[in-house]
Amino acid sequence: MKTLLQFKNVSKHYDKKTVALSDVSFSVNEGELVSIIGPSGAGKSTLLRCINRLIDATSGEIIFEDKDVLQIKNKSKMRALRTKIGMIFQNYNLVERLSVFENVLHGRLGYKSALVGALGFYSEEEKQQAIKILQSLGLDEQIYKRCDQLSGGQKQRVGIARALIQEPRVLLADEPIASLDPSSSKVIMDQLKKICSTLGITVLVNLHQLDVALNYSDRVIGISKGRVVYDGDPASLTDDHIQQIYGSDREALNLVVREPKEVAQKI
Amino acid sequence: MKINFLMKKRLYFLAIFLVLVVISIGSMSMTQFSIAKCFASIPKAIQWGFGNFYPAGDSFARLPEILLKLQETLLISIAAASVAAIFALFFALMGSRITKVNNFLATLSRFIANVFRNIDVSIWALVLLFSFGQSSLTGYFALFVASFGFLTRAFMETIDEVGSDTAEALRATGANYFSIVFQAIIPMSVSQLISWVLFMIETNIRAATLVGILTGSGIGFLFDLYYKKMDYHASSLVVLSLVVSILLIEQISNYVRRAML
Ligand SMILES: Nc1ncnc2c1ncn2[C@@H]1O[C@H](COP(=O)(O)OP(=O)(O)O)[C@@H](O)[C@H]1O
Ligand SMILES: [Mg+2]
Repeated sequence: MKTLLQFKNVSKHYDKKTVALSDVSFSVNEGELVSIIGPSGAGKSTLLRCINRLIDATSGEIIFEDKDVLQIKNKSKMRALRTKIGMIFQNYNLVERLSVFENVLHGRLGYKSALVGALGFYSEEEKQQAIKILQSLGLDEQIYKRCDQLSGGQKQRVGIARALIQEPRVLLADEPIASLDPSSSKVIMDQLKKICSTLGITVLVNLHQLDVALNYSDRVIGISKGRVVYDGDPASLTDDHIQQIYGSDREALNLVVREPKEVAQKI
Repeated sequence: MKINFLMKKRLYFLAIFLVLVVISIGSMSMTQFSIAKCFASIPKAIQWGFGNFYPAGDSFARLPEILLKLQETLLISIAAASVAAIFALFFALMGSRITKVNNFLATLSRFIANVFRNIDVSIWALVLLFSFGQSSLTGYFALFVASFGFLTRAFMETIDEVGSDTAEALRATGANYFSIVFQAIIPMSVSQLISWVLFMIETNIRAATLVGILTGSGIGFLFDLYYKKMDYHASSLVVLSLVVSILLIEQISNYVRRAML
């Protein structure tokens, strides 16, 4: 399998005291669904945002498609990089006052010039594509609704549609189900799995819920205090590893379950 | 430990309260302001008000003149607020931490907005009197400058508050600056921005009276004129028409606000 993304000794310091990532190294193959787990404040969000340069890493190399993204200085090259990387968020980050349709089409803005983008002109193919993606996500009825009328699960699907219309090679998901109820969570995770297996898009997902991570991912990366402490099969994750990732954080440990598959089926 | 903390907090507030009391008593005695006298004069003031300060017979003959000046004042207030809003939007975009272009411009526009905001509209009127003399243009500029400062600050805070998440999402798609501003920031904040402009228009109409007295223009000038001529009936009619128009504008802007939601 081909390597799509590789972190080499990446560190991020926000200031002298806050070290969000320290010496992080791992690689992700094409078409993999990788979960990044860890307690809050471990550096998960920072890690994802370093990939599309929403945050600039302090040192190291992040190789995406055989190029180091940290070396990109040119603005249009940066935008070209970002069009290849879709992203979805815990709070959906939609323009709530606009329609579902417009929000999805925002995913095409990366390909447009300043004027065309600012005026929001889209081609006929782009509009057809938006409708097709929305249908595949079960949002046919909602296309012309305003986003503030949707439920959380529907909003997150709009977020996924906005990312998919970019035609990305990799999808970054930052705690995509943290604000959702269990049944919507399952819909979203099933969609991510489907995107990965049928469209061949590589998915990196930050998760709080260990059981979900174990059930859905091809590989788990556990981080604690900015360091990678586990990188491997979900099946080989032992209690010791879990202890290492979550430390003595009681609340997080309560989330840990002995039979992950069984519990995950309930959600 | 905890009790000590709460005790400290209480003592701190007590100290502040005592300082305030001392300052008020001190300044009252320095200016020979007496609370008793103040309250004693209230009945007399009310009596005078009912005796003189109401529109009567011949003052209604002045109504056309008053309405003309009222119209001028309203239009100046609206024009000052809306033109200021255009400039304010630009400076707010430059100054907001989400949409700033670079740190130098951000600091500069924050500084300008703060300076303009912290100087009261009456001070601006007095300052501008020197350059433009007594005219409605002076009044207009005073309202414009004050509106600009206030709106820039208000817009900046609105953008910071509502725009950050969506701006991040669009930046992640590779969208350029103008796409982010026009497709995310403006749609997210437009209803709040308009709400601030409506608020500014209301504020300007209230301030226009005072500014008019200072700059000799608009409805304020008319009030001053009648008052000094001791034509209290006519000046009360001015106040009455102002109150009515302020209430009316407030109704209209509340309606617009509701319609936008
Ligand atoms: N913009 C920022 N400025 C300063 N410190 C930050 C910033 N963002 C995150 N941090 C710090 O970096 C660490 C990692 O944060 P984050 O990546 O958000 O963790 P997670 O997503 O795992 O909860 C935390 O200690 C957090 O306080
Ligand atoms: Mg996070």
